[in-house]
Amino acid sequence: MEAMNHLPFIVGSYVAAFVIGAGLVSWVMIDYRTQRRALAELELRGLKRRSASVRPERPMTEANEKA
Amino acid sequence: MTALAALLIRDMRIAARVGGGALIGVLFFLVVVTLTPFAIGPDLALLKRIGPAILWLAALLATLLALDRLFAADHDDGSLDLILTGRAPLELVVAVKGLAHWLTTGLPLIIAAPLIGLLLNLDGLAEAALGLTLLVGTPALTFIGLIGAAIAVALRRGGLLLAVLVLPLTVPVLIFGVAAANAAVVGPVPFGTPFTILCALSLASLVVGPFAAAAALRQEIE
Amino acid sequence: MALADLANPSRFLSLANRVIPWLGGLTVIAFAFGLNLAMGAPDDYQQGATVKIMFLHVPSAWLGMLGWGVMSISALGTLVWRHPLADVAAKAAAPIGAAFTLLCLITGSLWGRPEWGTYWVWDARLTSELVLFLLYLGVIAVWRTVEDPSRAARAAAILTLVGAIDLPIIKFSVDWWNTLHQSASVFRMGGPTIYPTILIPLLVMTLAFTLLFVTLHLAAMRNEILRRRVRTLRLMQASAVS
Repeated sequence: MEAMNHLPFIVGSYVAAFVIGAGLVSWVMIDYRTQRRALAELELRGLKRRSASVRPERPMTEANEKA
Repeated sequence: MTALAALLIRDMRIAARVGGGALIGVLFFLVVVTLTPFAIGPDLALLKRIGPAILWLAALLATLLALDRLFAADHDDGSLDLILTGRAPLELVVAVKGLAHWLTTGLPLIIAAPLIGLLLNLDGLAEAALGLTLLVGTPALTFIGLIGAAIAVALRRGGLLLAVLVLPLTVPVLIFGVAAANAAVVGPVPFGTPFTILCALSLASLVVGPFAAAAALRQEIE
Repeated sequence: MALADLANPSRFLSLANRVIPWLGGLTVIAFAFGLNLAMGAPDDYQQGATVKIMFLHVPSAWLGMLGWGVMSISALGTLVWRHPLADVAAKAAAPIGAAFTLLCLITGSLWGRPEWGTYWVWDARLTSELVLFLLYLGVIAVWRTVEDPSRAARAAAILTLVGAIDLPIIKFSVDWWNTLHQSASVFRMGGPTIYPTILIPLLVMTLAFTLLFVTLHLAAMRNEILRRRVRTLRLMQASAVS
């Protein structure tokens, strides 16, 4: 049956789509964690952004960031 | 970690960073190949025949582009002087920089070439032969390029001079690289003949390149 | 919440934090529906089962163009209105658009091999799509090569607007030139020409892909804002030491 001959191409396409999609999602997630970690580290060293020091001190936790 | 290993890693890190240009070579490679059908026409049979030649030319030009930054950046910020006063022999230092350059410029080209070969309608055998010739030939391109880069190091607009100096020296590599890639597909010469000569050219350049480049650098810096 | 509020990065961040998880969930649901429909779709009488590749190929082509469209609007935001988040939106969209353009080229190539007998042909539609991919890589190179983010933004914006000429070329290439690639069958005068049993899965998959793009884009924008904060703090740190 013709479909069987073309199966590797169909499967290959879906695999490629999955790999690229998963790659994008991983990139976004890993980058997020990297930046959060860098900010937390800088926070520990006592560095704050200008606007953060105008208001009363609030640590950059997830809960506060949502507010 | 020895000084040479540290130098290798430093050069590779710089190449991979912003402005380092590690993957620009591959992008240029892709652009040149894309331009070819605009100039020559989309005839797939023709593209298949000249495909290896186009890819070799594009690889040569892409390698050339990246040679500029080999010594010039270090010369500009003074680290070249520091390296020269170090204990490691200058020839080895130059060879290590060449290795770093090939790993960040030549190797990505070799990896990208089969995919880009698909655009030129190359079949499996042609791709394999091409990949092998590039693998053996691109180190020669880098190490011959070392010589031009060393001569042009102190010049501000050294880029074009470097190209003029290096390109004639790379002609034998180009000839035998394309000959080997074509021989595998078309014949009549067996693949081994031009390929062996290509290997010999590469090995020779691995020695001659660093020695000549080191001599040129010593001249410039004095 | 007015659009002007979104101009404030902090407010954008709090909005993004709230919205991204929901969008992510919606994306997953949409893909579940879409893939289900795609697997159940009947074989085309001419192409057989390979028509299933279309459910990936068409949405990724659309996203590649959508990405450049988003970048173009952001470019106007940077150059004309100097909107603070325009730079961030443009930079975030580039890798995502590039990835989907690459997927379009790959799935198209894998579809072309059984259909036309070749992985690639230099006709107007395919060539202009490849050019779009090169343009994406060029813009990404500009973002990575210019050190100062605002200068990079302006350079990238100009390149983006100039490159936008490729979008109508891609769209109308199948009409203007004699191409191997088939003509438009969805967005054309007179309505779609595809049978509903294939059109519906296609539309659902397109929706799923679009939701994926929006989710990824917002998340990437969030990352970029955080990355700039890190950079600012590090610069402060470096100048404080000296």
